[in-house]
Amino acid sequence: MRYMVMHYETEAMENGVTPTPEQQAAIGEYMKESAVAGVLLGGEGVHPSSSGARLEIADGNVRIIDGPFAEAKELIAGFAILEVDSLAEAVEHARKFALITGVERIDVRRVVEFSDLQ
Amino acid sequence: MEAGDLDAMLATLWRVDSPRIVARLVRLVGDLDTAEELAQDTFVAAIEKWRHEGVPSNPAGWLNTTARFLAVDRIRRRDTQRHKYHLVAATTPRSTDLDIGQIVDGDLADDLLGLIFMACHPILPPDARSALTLKLVCGLTTGEVARAFLAPEATIAQRVVRAKRTLAAADIRFELPGPAERPTRLDAVREVIYLVFNEGYSATSGDSWVRPELCSEALRLGRMLANLTPDDTETLGLLALIELQASRLTARVGPHGDPVLLMDQDRTRWDRLLIRRGLALIERIHRLRGTAGPYALQAAIAACHARATTAADTDWPRIAALYDGLVQITSSPVVELNRAVAIGRAFGPQAGLDVVRPLLDHPAMRGYHLLPAVAGDLSCGAGNHEEARRYFLDSAALTANTQQRRTMQRRAADCATHHAGSTPHQQDHDLPPEC
Repeated sequence: MRYMVMHYETEAMENGVTPTPEQQAAIGEYMKESAVAGVLLGGEGVHPSSSGARLEIADGNVRIIDGPFAEAKELIAGFAILEVDSLAEAVEHARKFALITGVERIDVRRVVEFSDLQ
Repeated sequence: MEAGDLDAMLATLWRVDSPRIVARLVRLVGDLDTAEELAQDTFVAAIEKWRHEGVPSNPAGWLNTTARFLAVDRIRRRDTQRHKYHLVAATTPRSTDLDIGQIVDGDLADDLLGLIFMACHPILPPDARSALTLKLVCGLTTGEVARAFLAPEATIAQRVVRAKRTLAAADIRFELPGPAERPTRLDAVREVIYLVFNEGYSATSGDSWVRPELCSEALRLGRMLANLTPDDTETLGLLALIELQASRLTARVGPHGDPVLLMDQDRTRWDRLLIRRGLALIERIHRLRGTAGPYALQAAIAACHARATTAADTDWPRIAALYDGLVQITSSPVVELNRAVAIGRAFGPQAGLDVVRPLLDHPAMRGYHLLPAVAGDLSCGAGNHEEARRYFLDSAALTANTQQRRTMQRRAADCATHHAGSTPHQQDHDLPPEC
């Protein structure tokens, strides 16, 4: 089963502070570790919300709002898709990510598979 | 924490962390049995400590440190003992002092690779290699390996014990083969991964025709290996092949567990993430200028199917060309039969028949029901209905599968009434390109 592991922005990230070389190396280390464990299917980081947009739809009307958005803690900073056997296993990999990178919050969510929709 | 919760957590940690812990221990102490024993001691120590003090926030770190401590302790005791033996025997003691710090801080990737090489050692029979690999490198329990292969647990346990004994008897200790020897040893490793994948993809026994859990273990192993040997194009080829084949797993099984052939599959059900990964690997193989190996070629064929959004879009001429290359390296009649199918699709039934006819006399193909099935299909397409009918009946007589026999009999009957002439019913056999 697949899990999406999402980590959230900090104020600093949202303010455009790019990760230090040490932080980048730490993230690289995690990517290597989870790739070598054979569980990492994919993952990306995203830029601060100031370079993004939000679509709000009500009654079929689409309103487009340019970033930045308030509440950095509600904004995803990056994600990884892991293929593992259980939620507990996904959590263990997320824990390693947390300890290596020092992010403040991570969510682990199960990905919907085709068979779940039957 | 409840005892049950703690057990569940340790089971998860075993699955996630035991491969690297065992790998490092094997390198420290040399043999598998001691390494596994020390790894188990580490987890027992965790149960005792964590039950009273709670789980630390970095359990993996704790386990690693404890394992290292236990190993160093064991080595020291062993060295002291050996030293004493040597004194008693009044010989010059062989220096067994190890620079433990240096060993402990080695590259984890090398440790894992060494463990994989050890578990897949060519001295072991293939079934022992796969059982040992799933147990050591994937962290599966003996029971899980047994379930995966539909074998009794005692059989698997015995297989593993015997494998370890064989390794010990041949004095095969932890080793990372040198660059010159690596390619040949990698062959054995890839073979194990492909064996595990194929057993899941077209289960040879049991009630279901696919066993996805075996496929996912093979994928895990393949991804591991590809990350450990990132420039080995055949390993990348193997991984690309199994990622692409696995992308079709759910589409391959009908609502009643029956097989759905490649050309009939609902392509919207193919797993896009796995396809993207497979195609990216093929790009990487191209960049590394490696395309000529059997896995890379099979992956390129699988990629042609993956790129076609509908069955009609399939680039058959390219597939036929890739089979030309594959036939040259494998010279396998089954691959040649696949080539015939591809040529038939690309250049018309008659061209396909020209490739099939010599195979009909091939001794290795006698009794292979798919050969007359393909011949019948091509003859039918070429308008030779009487010939096609005889081929289909041959095929029906040869297959042991009831469903396949019925299909062949129906097609023979279709030919007899010449219905097939007006609507040539192409059938895809979903032949494994390997074998």
